[in-house]
Amino acid sequence: MTAELVRGQNHPLPHTCLEIRVSAGHPVLAAAALGDEEGRVAGPEAVAHPGSAALPGVEVPRQAATAHRLAVDLEAVRDTVHRVSVLLALPLGTGGPTRFGASAAPVVTVTGPDGTAVADYTITGLDRESALVALELYRRQGAWKVRAVGQGYEGGLAALLADQGLDRPAELAGSALDAVAQGLARSVAAPPSRVPDADRLPDGEHAHQAAPGPAQPPVPPATPPRAQTPAQPPVPAQAPAQPPVPPAPPAAGGPIDYTHPSRRPAPAPAPRPAGGPQGPGQEAASAPEGFPAPVAGDAAGWSMDERLYNQVWGMFEDLARATAAYRSACRFAENRLDQELDRVLSDPRSRIGGAGDAARAAAKAKHDELTARAQEVLDRDLAQLAAESEVVEPALPAAYARWDSPVWQAYRVPMEPPMAVRLGDLHLPERTDLRIPFLARLPLARGLWVDSGRGQSAAAGLLDEAELRRLALDSAVAHVARLLAVHPAGSFRVRVIDAAGAGAAAFAPLVGAGVLAGPPAAGAAGVSAVLTQLTERVDLLQMAARAGADEDLPPGLDTAEELLVVHDFPHGFDDRAVNQLRYLADEGPAVGTQLLMVADRADAAAYGPVLDPLWRSLMRLTPVPDDHLADPWVGHAWTYEPPSFPAGSAVLRQVLGQLTDARGQWGPGSR
Amino acid sequence: MTVNMTKGQAINLEKQGGGSLTSVRMGLGWQAAPRRGLFGSRTREIDLDASAVLFADKQPVDVVFFRHLVSDDGSVRHTGDNLVGGVGQGGDDEAILVDLQRVPVHIDAIVFTVNSFTGQTFQEVQNAFCRIVDETNGQELARYTLDGGGNYTAQIMAKVHRAGSGWQMTALGNAANGRTFQDLMPAIFPVL
Repeated sequence: MTAELVRGQNHPLPHTCLEIRVSAGHPVLAAAALGDEEGRVAGPEAVAHPGSAALPGVEVPRQAATAHRLAVDLEAVRDTVHRVSVLLALPLGTGGPTRFGASAAPVVTVTGPDGTAVADYTITGLDRESALVALELYRRQGAWKVRAVGQGYEGGLAALLADQGLDRPAELAGSALDAVAQGLARSVAAPPSRVPDADRLPDGEHAHQAAPGPAQPPVPPATPPRAQTPAQPPVPAQAPAQPPVPPAPPAAGGPIDYTHPSRRPAPAPAPRPAGGPQGPGQEAASAPEGFPAPVAGDAAGWSMDERLYNQVWGMFEDLARATAAYRSACRFAENRLDQELDRVLSDPRSRIGGAGDAARAAAKAKHDELTARAQEVLDRDLAQLAAESEVVEPALPAAYARWDSPVWQAYRVPMEPPMAVRLGDLHLPERTDLRIPFLARLPLARGLWVDSGRGQSAAAGLLDEAELRRLALDSAVAHVARLLAVHPAGSFRVRVIDAAGAGAAAFAPLVGAGVLAGPPAAGAAGVSAVLTQLTERVDLLQMAARAGADEDLPPGLDTAEELLVVHDFPHGFDDRAVNQLRYLADEGPAVGTQLLMVADRADAAAYGPVLDPLWRSLMRLTPVPDDHLADPWVGHAWTYEPPSFPAGSAVLRQVLGQLTDARGQWGPGSR
Repeated sequence: MTVNMTKGQAINLEKQGGGSLTSVRMGLGWQAAPRRGLFGSRTREIDLDASAVLFADKQPVDVVFFRHLVSDDGSVRHTGDNLVGGVGQGGDDEAILVDLQRVPVHIDAIVFTVNSFTGQTFQEVQNAFCRIVDETNGQELARYTLDGGGNYTAQIMAKVHRAGSGWQMTALGNAANGRTFQDLMPAIFPVL
């Protein structure tokens, strides 16, 4: 049975051949110090650490990790050794946490040769310590025992080693940490750098890092917005591309640089380019007084893509909440006014003289004062968000940008799919010119439905049916073009079902550029053929995923992401096809088959409620502005605006042209 | 400097050296019940819950607790439910963050409460405290020790209310009984 040790407790060891397993919330380095009968550690040669990992009977891992296995053979240690201390330390200077209190308590388990646990010890109560003695294995009257120690040191490994009685502990600690830093540089699976962590380094670290990094150009004071250089991937993507730079040799006498060499570019303020004092002036000017000017990419994330995505969603939430605060204050003022007026009316005293009028005026004044204050706060919040939007919008990469953004002029077919795409804009009636990009994660977990019917929308009611259908097709084409444009060439296939050919004119640019996986399927036979093919593919991929047997898929099967565009539903669909479509809508997204419907629900009314689940499962988008989308926090009705190309713009043709060229270059992906 | 507050004491939430507070945190910490006896797994875990009720003119408008972690306007945020307490290191196990600048203008009082969801009275809870921290610099403004409390399961901790252009906090420490803040509403109204 496993013994749960508490601090100070000891436990006999039934074996001499042991494994000590360490698990911690963040990567730690493990070391072992061998002491004599008095507990003294003879010198650096009696410490097994990542820089000198093996001693007789003891071997420690060479790298920092969240899980370690230390092999200990107590038969093999020298006779003079009476104590083996297991040490853990945080690899400082690699951007990780600097204290054990910042992450989950480390757990140390002593196991026998067959892996059965002998004793367990969770080291709790740690706070600012960055190194600790976890366990001691000690010889008592010829038998070995284990003791839970859990002694932490705020001064790090050096302080710990000094306490063990070592001469020049700092030097030894330095070489251990250095070895870990080099180990990190070699390891391919090193976690991508995290800028927030890097930012936490003290200033001295920054200065020191910046000096030896040959690859890092001095940061230009007025960096152009990131979006201008979409070809330059954000930091983590860069890391593997660079050959590992050996760590710069420490200057004589100078501090040793423990940082991950390929992380050096990370602390560069790349994610906050527009923010410097020389950032574009108009943003700083439009931010409300007394608040910092907003900066694009000012959110958490591993890449610029992700940071902007999170920032946009943050703005979305803030706008929703700021508006909720305003609306609830107004509602409250309204209700209070009603109540007070009622009270005045029901009070007989108010009928004589001016008392009633005075009370009414007072109630009205209270109401106006509260709404005015609420308005003031709302204006402040909206100004801040508008200023942020002004900075963020130009910094958005193609996948998130409006079609009139200059990013599209510099468009190149990307090498990696983005994490999300923009489906349109959202705004609230309080400030209609403050548009929040509506970003949806890829692959689309919900299919899209561009509603070509009237619905209850006022804007749609003004248009005739044919016009509305045309607009629906246009915005569907805009969605499809964007999805194609933001995926690497050949990694995203689009199939179109257009049974009656009614959408031929709208689909013509896509067909002409040869970016579709085939001509739009027409007629009942075409519909059935495409659906059967897709259903089979989804079936196969699903079976493979469930069985974990991806390699058993037929060799011809393309596992690229796929989008099925269905126009004119249910024209050309028989019952079987309808069921297949429902199946695809339900099961497709999990295996990368997404759905985009351009349909008027009224056309399919004959199917009755059978199709309700299908419509509900799709994200309804409209070809004209319509306030049908609710946010996930407070449920305001947001007005959705579909994407549109600027009038007379050639951006669609240009982007599709680039795609066609890229397909030619990258080979048969275009099929 | 920490003020160890006593019942009914009011402090002004103004920064030393002028300037009003912008962001405060109400932190609640307690120690998990110690393991006792042979059947260690049969510990009686203690779940305390912190809640904040937002009032406009003595009417409850919104509440932030473990099932509604963010007030609709986003100004009051709960860090999430902790079911067992800490190990007694003195850290906050549950916290409610209030961004005073963004509290809607009609909200004029926020009442913080602590309930024992699992039903133990405060007599049985160890090392429990409630504190108000200036979130901008981590400075503790006020601390209230809960343990050694009486035979009751809830406490109305403190009230943060508008006073002039800023905010004021009054330590209440009123004893009450109840599993969640709803049970406390009758006890809260008199303190508004």
